[in-house]
Amino acid sequence: MDDLYREQIIERYKEPHYRGHLDPNDIQFEDDNPLCGDHIEITLRVDKDDKVVEAAFDGHGCAISQSSADLLVESIHGKALDEIKSMNKDAVLDLLGIELGHVRLKCALLSLKVLKAGVYGLGEANDDLVA
Amino acid sequence: MVNQKLVGFEVKRIRADFPILDRETQPGIPVIYLDSTASSQKPIAVIEAMNVFYRRSNANIHRGVHTLAEEATALYEEAREKIAKFINAPAAKQLIYTRNTTESINLVAHTWARANLKSGDMVILTEMEHHSNLVPWQMLKSERGIRLEFITVTEEGLLDLDSYRSLLDQNPKLVSFTHMSNVLGTINPAEEIIRLAHEHGAVTLVDGAQSVPHFGVDVQKLDVDFLAFSAHKMVGPTGIGILYGKQDLLENMPPFLGGGDMIKSVHLQEFVANELPYKFEAGTPAIAEAVGFGAAVDYLTSVGMDAIAAHEHEITEYALERLEEVPGLNVFGPNSQDKGGVAAFTFDDLHPHDIAQILDRDGIAVRAGHHCAQPLHEKFGVRATTRASFYLYNTKEEVDKLIEGLYKVKEVFN
Repeated sequence: MDDLYREQIIERYKEPHYRGHLDPNDIQFEDDNPLCGDHIEITLRVDKDDKVVEAAFDGHGCAISQSSADLLVESIHGKALDEIKSMNKDAVLDLLGIELGHVRLKCALLSLKVLKAGVYGLGEANDDLVA
Repeated sequence: MVNQKLVGFEVKRIRADFPILDRETQPGIPVIYLDSTASSQKPIAVIEAMNVFYRRSNANIHRGVHTLAEEATALYEEAREKIAKFINAPAAKQLIYTRNTTESINLVAHTWARANLKSGDMVILTEMEHHSNLVPWQMLKSERGIRLEFITVTEEGLLDLDSYRSLLDQNPKLVSFTHMSNVLGTINPAEEIIRLAHEHGAVTLVDGAQSVPHFGVDVQKLDVDFLAFSAHKMVGPTGIGILYGKQDLLENMPPFLGGGDMIKSVHLQEFVANELPYKFEAGTPAIAEAVGFGAAVDYLTSVGMDAIAAHEHEITEYALERLEEVPGLNVFGPNSQDKGGVAAFTFDDLHPHDIAQILDRDGIAVRAGHHCAQPLHEKFGVRATTRASFYLYNTKEEVDKLIEGLYKVKEVFN
């Protein structure tokens, strides 16, 4: 647990690289974590081959939810939407490089949930997306 | 060194009764439990009472005639009598065992309210309610169109009794309010609120989840019609709570859940409901938990509710003083005079989850979120707060650790 707030996470929280809202965009989705009210919006631009050319996130929340969103958005540049569909929670945990308890896992996975719900074009996000 | 000794109250002796307080969250890091408002820890007396029940007396209650069933029934009912005495109820049969405060409030919403409220009838709540005293009434609102009105909360975190008086003139049927806010710590003037409600012909329900554990609550002095509270917040087990009600109200209410034990007789097409309190206790209840609840009440009584309240007051006053020294920290709610052992705060623009997680590294257990009082947080314009809460076993040294921990949180984010 001790490196939960290691430098990379704090830095990304304080100075995220991909914070913003793309307008126009091809895909947009947003959702909350009802436990704490954290909010994430993700916007994507994709090319004709359905590859992500640009991505950004916006929202508010704890260091874990915001830094994981920033790292996740960074990692999907150049990825095909089909590849994103097959991402699971391990992808986010690998990016963060830490172990997380049950409650904080929800913070970390909010951005992936939002991303996948957007890519799948769902009306509502659900936890099965990040199982 | 701070003097911990109060008249008849030695916190060191109290702490020795709670085995969990000896544990370490990591090697060398003892737990500092500042989350009793969510759930309290349990003394050996309670843990053992339940243990002994399962080892010696376990059986289902009421219908059996064998020795174990007799013993189990006696223990279950003795506990009810102890709890009745604890809140000075006229009779034990006015106490209904439920799962918790939430179920107690839902019981009133399902039975008394459905029998007595119709479309357009007004229920008065307050802006500082826990979701458990909001959602049951919102459900009844969508089901039968009752009207919900709210006593407003002032900037300091007190109920605005002028707003209450103006609502009373509109013929309310029920006034349901928390005795003590689980976020602001505000102890509301329950006796006055109830007296005014009665003058206007309204029935009253008090959410005692935070009051009954922390200071003496006398239902006859309050003259309250319904009182709801939970064992697990008052050194008892989870899974059991109480609904106290005035006898005539309870007798005239339809039953709640249907099943065994709540009936006098059952035929294929109809049933006759049992008498109080069994009418509201369908199915096998939480028997060992009732026994544990009785032991909890014995424990609190032996320490003394006045001594507990005085100790908490001293700790809270000290905590507020120390928290005030921390730059960027803002505690919600009134000053300690009207405040129970709760300090919910914001700290710069740090997220409560991050604060709580970093404090946990030092074994400090606080809660982060909206504490099931989202409308209250909205009112104060914050999404979430970090909450430290205090009970009979907490010490000033633990408050000092909290303060040290908060400075460390600041360092991490600097």
